[in-house]
Amino acid sequence: MITLAQMTGSTPKRVLPGFGLSLGISLTFVSLVLLLPMTSLVGQLSGLSLAEYWAIITEGRVVASYVVTVGAAAVAALVNAAFGLLMAWVLVRYEFPGKRLLDALMDLPFALPTAVAGITLATLYSSNGWMGQLLAPTGLQVAYTWVGIALAMAFTSIPFVVRTVQPILEDMPVQVDEAALTLGASDGTAFRRVILPHLWPALVTGTGLAFVRSLGEFGAIIFIAGNTPYETEITSLMIFVKLQEYDYVGASAIASVVLATSLVLLLAINLWQGRFIKRLHGGKG
Amino acid sequence: MSIRLKNIAKTYGKAGRGVSRALEPLDLDIHEGELIGLLGPSGSGKTTLLRIIAGLEAADTMSDRPSSIHFGDRDVTHLHVRDRRIGFVFQHYALFMHMSVFDNVAFGLTALPRKQRPSSGEIRARVQRLLEMVQLESLANRYPAQLSGGQQQRVSLARALALRPDVLLLDEPFGALDAKVRQELRRWLRHLHDELNFTSVFVTHDQEEALELSDRVVVMSNGRIEQIDSPEVLYRSPANRFVFEFLGDVNRLEGHVHDGTLTCGDARLDVDLDEGSHELLLRPHEIKLDEHPTELAHLPVTITAIAPVGAEVRVELEADWLAEPWLATIRHADFERLRIKRGQRLYAIPRQWHQFPAANQRSIASETMS
Amino acid sequence: MHRIGDAPKVRRALVSAAVILSALFLLLPLVAIFAQAFSAGADVFWRNITQPDTLSAIGLTLFITVLTIPVNLVFGVALAWLVTRFRFPGRRLLQTLIDIPFAVSPVVAGLVYLLLYGRNGWIGGWLDTHDIQLMFAWPGILMVTIFVTCPFVARELIPLMQAQGSRDEEAAVTLGASGWTLFRRVTLPNIRWALLYGVILTNARAVGEFGAVSVVSGAIRGQTNTLPLHVELLYQDYNTVGAFASASLLALIALLTLATKAGLEWRAARREA
Repeated sequence: MITLAQMTGSTPKRVLPGFGLSLGISLTFVSLVLLLPMTSLVGQLSGLSLAEYWAIITEGRVVASYVVTVGAAAVAALVNAAFGLLMAWVLVRYEFPGKRLLDALMDLPFALPTAVAGITLATLYSSNGWMGQLLAPTGLQVAYTWVGIALAMAFTSIPFVVRTVQPILEDMPVQVDEAALTLGASDGTAFRRVILPHLWPALVTGTGLAFVRSLGEFGAIIFIAGNTPYETEITSLMIFVKLQEYDYVGASAIASVVLATSLVLLLAINLWQGRFIKRLHGGKG
Repeated sequence: MSIRLKNIAKTYGKAGRGVSRALEPLDLDIHEGELIGLLGPSGSGKTTLLRIIAGLEAADTMSDRPSSIHFGDRDVTHLHVRDRRIGFVFQHYALFMHMSVFDNVAFGLTALPRKQRPSSGEIRARVQRLLEMVQLESLANRYPAQLSGGQQQRVSLARALALRPDVLLLDEPFGALDAKVRQELRRWLRHLHDELNFTSVFVTHDQEEALELSDRVVVMSNGRIEQIDSPEVLYRSPANRFVFEFLGDVNRLEGHVHDGTLTCGDARLDVDLDEGSHELLLRPHEIKLDEHPTELAHLPVTITAIAPVGAEVRVELEADWLAEPWLATIRHADFERLRIKRGQRLYAIPRQWHQFPAANQRSIASETMS
Repeated sequence: MHRIGDAPKVRRALVSAAVILSALFLLLPLVAIFAQAFSAGADVFWRNITQPDTLSAIGLTLFITVLTIPVNLVFGVALAWLVTRFRFPGRRLLQTLIDIPFAVSPVVAGLVYLLLYGRNGWIGGWLDTHDIQLMFAWPGILMVTIFVTCPFVARELIPLMQAQGSRDEEAAVTLGASGWTLFRRVTLPNIRWALLYGVILTNARAVGEFGAVSVVSGAIRGQTNTLPLHVELLYQDYNTVGAFASASLLALIALLTLATKAGLEWRAARREA
């Protein structure tokens, strides 16, 4: 009989117990829960010819949804980059009353169910909602426009930038600030040339993660989006619509595009991050 | 550029709860071109003092005795750190990790307002010269993480010198380096200082480093200056017991004096002191060893450990009348003449001893006794 | 001590901006949930909460959550133990794979389960002939909930166990401890707070999952309606007050999650100091 340890080509002599058990549980779980369902997508798509597949994923209404989703997600991610940087800076560098509360509040979007966020934002920004009334004189309509979509995306992905930048800023030694000041740099110059580059990898990673999350967000958006074809339909909704029409093949095709995009982006973020870490912590080249 | 400090004090914490005094009000004059070492144990206030000179910390404002800091004729008391024209070298280098060595050194120049900034060609040339000076011209395009600690500290020094500062301040500059590199950098810094002739202040807790490198040493403890003198004077005539003990190994002899003779168990030493209890302090090199006692000194000891170190031999001595063992350093010639072995019984003969009465008075050094 | 941006003017401006923006984008929605829920008075709120449909949605949500947590706890601990205590080929790959649920849109997650276990799917077809229905029923909801929440426990444990290293456990092994004793007596005390936080996060997400669940549930009132789906249903029916009453329960769980996190961090900070 072949044991799991032999299967992975590992030496049987391990100091700590539980290798076989933990490997068994992990592999079973990963295979059944994560990987097996993914194969169904391949199965569903294998019946399609390339031309058919291409036709589905480049249909006008679907392409419009890509544009809306990617555009709104980009805006949301950039807004969060600025807001997250500000919040991380304020939470790390300053002491003020209510700071702990503010810090705790940053995680709200992860803790709050997306559907709840969705109906709340839709209500707040509808024409008779608190914010909607406030914004009405400016002519800026949020609900049922792509601005609303971007807002919902931004809300649900707030913690990404804050929580990736915060620890890096905390670990930054005081001396780096002091070195820049003793060399005569103004606050602006020092921030731009010393602090920002130090935070850059974390900032880009956080923004990237916020972007990826926004591409896939569904619950928070559908309530505020209006869901008008060609204008305010996001790609996740397109999948949902196809499903409701029992068009499993069409839903799978679009889902494959979404899935591939997310995975490629995630991989790119990881690789990019690795390059920077190498430079900051040694390694030749 | 000279540095003149008046009434500099520093208190941490809020009044009412847990106030700690890091610096008692003090004055200090540093002459132009001097290399000054601030020496003291941790918590003595030396780093605080250096950071106040730099402008990284503000001295306490005392209404009755206003404090002031002058660089030459320039009053920098209320000047922001970025306007003081200082060079500062940090213990852990504090290099900008995302910049190349070249960009690190060029930072001060490129951060100047556009009007004062030299042309990029001139910046390049100046950085090049600085890198040659610290012997790192071949590593200009490396990143700090790719350099050794000693190389990083040299980059940090070049960076601090790029703006041609009036004074150079170094906070435990060699503290994070291993012994050999530290020795090398020390000599090299002394050389650089003499060549460029700026005023430098460095902080250290290592007496050897302070004595070897400084023109004058400022010995500090508990936020106070204990003594300011040249290394020779400092070593030969320490101002008080703290300085004496901090600058080197100390042997103690406690006993009772009666009729000009100090006795302690079966040990006896003729001294010119008043009746009563006394404590004498001796440096290891002030103890001679011999096979016989002298008329003036009868101090029987047993050799318990021997270690030849460089030009001398370090010998550990024990005796019933000693609370803690003594350390004596003797010449190889004497070592061989006496054929010293462990367990051997010999007599210690003080060449000189020191005594410090209560706080802060000059020492009474004895006459030579051999 | 001087630091960049410590001028009082800069500091005041940045803190004000941070507080105002956070109040507007984070606090205001939170307040709005409760304001809407109670907008018709406490008795209407109570009537909304105690409606049979709402109660059954709460029941189903709790049921799913209670089943999800132990499954992910076992998986999370096993995976964390595996990747932090042993080196073996494919270790990095395994660590990357568990991030999949973070990257996958919940709708896509629901879709792949529907494709696999639905009537037309590979396994679903076989199940159908044996009259077993997983999709549009609670087992489907449970499966997708496990999928979307499975990284949380492992993600909390891995960095911590990596940082702690295996010295404690190795010492215990030399003292003769083995297996379960080793885990319970040595490892568990070191990781219990991270474990708790992982569970809290799993709980928050399991209770609130919407996209994936709405694909596989069928949303039959009183049968396969979870609380978030119920919120949607009421909202689409223009029963705003009812929707927000249910939503406020979910918001309450979110607040408890935040409070627990803040409490655990405060505890950790105090132990460091």
